[in-house]
Amino acid sequence: MSGMQIVFLVAAAITLVSAVLVVTLRRTMSSALLLVLTLLGVSVLFVLLQAQFFAVVQVLIYIGAVATLILFVVMLTRSVMDTSEPQVHKNWWLAALVSLVVFVALVVTLSSWQAFPQVQRAIPADSGENLAALGKALVDPNGFALPFEVASILLVATMIGAVYIASERKGEE
Amino acid sequence: MQTFLSDPVTAITIWLQTLLFSWGIPAVWVQLIMIIIGSLIVCAGAMFFVLFLIWYERKVIGRVQDRFGPNRLGPFGIFQTIADMLKIFTKEHITPLGADKIPYNLAPVLIMGAVLMMWAVIPLSKTTVGADLDVGILYLVAIGGLGELGVIMAGWGSNNKYSMLAAFRALAVLISYEVPMVLTMLIPVMLSGSMSLNGIIAAQNVWYIAAAPLAAAIFFISQIAEVGRAPFDVTEAESELVAGYNTEYSGLKFGMFYVADFLHAFTAALVFAVLFLGGWRGPGAEQIPIVGFFYLFLKTMLVHFVGVLIRASVPRFRVDQMMALNWKFFTPVSVMLVILISLVDKAAALSQEIWRSLLIFAVNGVVFLVSFRLLDIFTTRKERPSVVTRQLPVAVGAPQRRNPESGVSS
Amino acid sequence: MLADWTYIGIFILVALFVPAIAITFAAILSPRVPGTLKQSAYECGMESVGKSWIQYKSQYYIFALVFLVFDVEIVFLYPFAIAYNQLTLFAVLEVILFLLILVAGLVYIWRKGELEWA
Repeated sequence: MSGMQIVFLVAAAITLVSAVLVVTLRRTMSSALLLVLTLLGVSVLFVLLQAQFFAVVQVLIYIGAVATLILFVVMLTRSVMDTSEPQVHKNWWLAALVSLVVFVALVVTLSSWQAFPQVQRAIPADSGENLAALGKALVDPNGFALPFEVASILLVATMIGAVYIASERKGEE
Repeated sequence: MQTFLSDPVTAITIWLQTLLFSWGIPAVWVQLIMIIIGSLIVCAGAMFFVLFLIWYERKVIGRVQDRFGPNRLGPFGIFQTIADMLKIFTKEHITPLGADKIPYNLAPVLIMGAVLMMWAVIPLSKTTVGADLDVGILYLVAIGGLGELGVIMAGWGSNNKYSMLAAFRALAVLISYEVPMVLTMLIPVMLSGSMSLNGIIAAQNVWYIAAAPLAAAIFFISQIAEVGRAPFDVTEAESELVAGYNTEYSGLKFGMFYVADFLHAFTAALVFAVLFLGGWRGPGAEQIPIVGFFYLFLKTMLVHFVGVLIRASVPRFRVDQMMALNWKFFTPVSVMLVILISLVDKAAALSQEIWRSLLIFAVNGVVFLVSFRLLDIFTTRKERPSVVTRQLPVAVGAPQRRNPESGVSS
Repeated sequence: MLADWTYIGIFILVALFVPAIAITFAAILSPRVPGTLKQSAYECGMESVGKSWIQYKSQYYIFALVFLVFDVEIVFLYPFAIAYNQLTLFAVLEVILFLLILVAGLVYIWRKGELEWA
């Protein structure tokens, strides 16, 4: 078992366990903090895939901005203490059974497909030249220039929309 | 001996590696042991260096305020910080009732860890760098985000509504000032074409502070706000909200916040020196790496000294003033700076480094003049009601001495 | 590249470990005298009344949201900055358009008065 495999197993276990705990715990605050742990686990998985730019961006955006936003909202809402309803549906074992069956079916189908090992390609190491290539592709008219500009419009729409909703609430108080 | 003197870190590394190999340890474990030893030295060294930093800052602030700093313990008071740290080690850790145990105890560790983690990517000389990541700059900003998480955990875990309030305000300030910081960090990345810190240092034939002084100034001010020093220290101002988010901490947990604050200030100065002042570059640093280390140290102490002077001289801002300054001044100016520098530089397409730097300097100057002129036009000084012409009530029996100019009777 | 990140991974563990060891060491050294008055929440010497939550202030949410949008914008800008020396003027103009759209959004929010710390 090589070092990378051990790291992968640990990171995947942490991610999965934290994700399940985020959904099932009662206290919203603990859920929010465990969400941060989940996102850190995903970041480690990105590093293992040699995508270091995305690993760092994952921490920067998801933990630095999105998790902070979620923490703000969680802490500022009044019902932040324990809820009294059960957090897990009473027929959870049925859902788990169905997902297990689907998972096993997928694994069996994919592993018996002969072309599956040939789909894999060597992952190019994410170094400076790759980032420069990403930068050039983002602004290339034959590349991703149009989605790039549309992304900025989408971001502005997000900003204006969310601020409008938040300010409406401010007007109510 | 020559190589040991000129590059002690590499010499010791090679010696240690050959020693471990000769003991028959497999290569992977040798690598791991070397990494652990290296990180332990950096972390412990940084934490012990803070003792010197705290003494230095207290001395400088004391001198600015026309008094000696600590001068009782040891010559010039250099043992003062050691005595303080020894005292803090033996104070009781009082945990407030109802505190959430895990966030409460994890917060000082996370905040200190976030500052220490920054030292992993900073090149201390030509050959000494922890890990020269290709995304070093974004790594530094991401680690800052983890530090912000520690602030929230401290505020929440204390089960004290004033701590939580202070933690929110601190977090709002921290995330706001990250925006101009990251925008102005774009400029060294643009000019050098690489996000790795060694790449940025290698491309600085002309120091970037000479090419883009306005960007450097905005970056410096944002770093002061990120660290939480005066004049941006509304979160730990003693007259407001007691000690902010670390009210309920005592003993070494509080000491950790304190140490992390000072170390963060020094690390911020270090990052500024690497990005804008050319890092370890200087005459002779290429051949003799230890000289590069001293150059970096000198530059960092210079920047840190300026930071301490600012702390000692300027009163603190209110939080709404800080937010207005950031969102209405620094962010638009940084965006304009990035736009104009990239536009002018690409349009002119000069090849010689010195002309390019002069052109970018000119663009900086234009943006500076225009933005300050706009600031003059659009900000109004509040008209304050004049109080000195009112007659203030005077205590019965006190001698009446009327001062003809001000009209205040004493 | 993985060697670099192995270093970072171990460094992170050490960087979290060293303060934790220091704090545990201090916790062993320090006295432990629990008392209800000492452990109550600090409120400038007065007893605390009411639960430990505070009034919702939408300003925090708005600032966090604007920061989020600028953060995502920055993610797009960094690859551009790395490739900057090899790009044409047209590409730079595209990115300037991107930035100007975002500045327009910021100015809109500013004019609506949402950036005041109420």
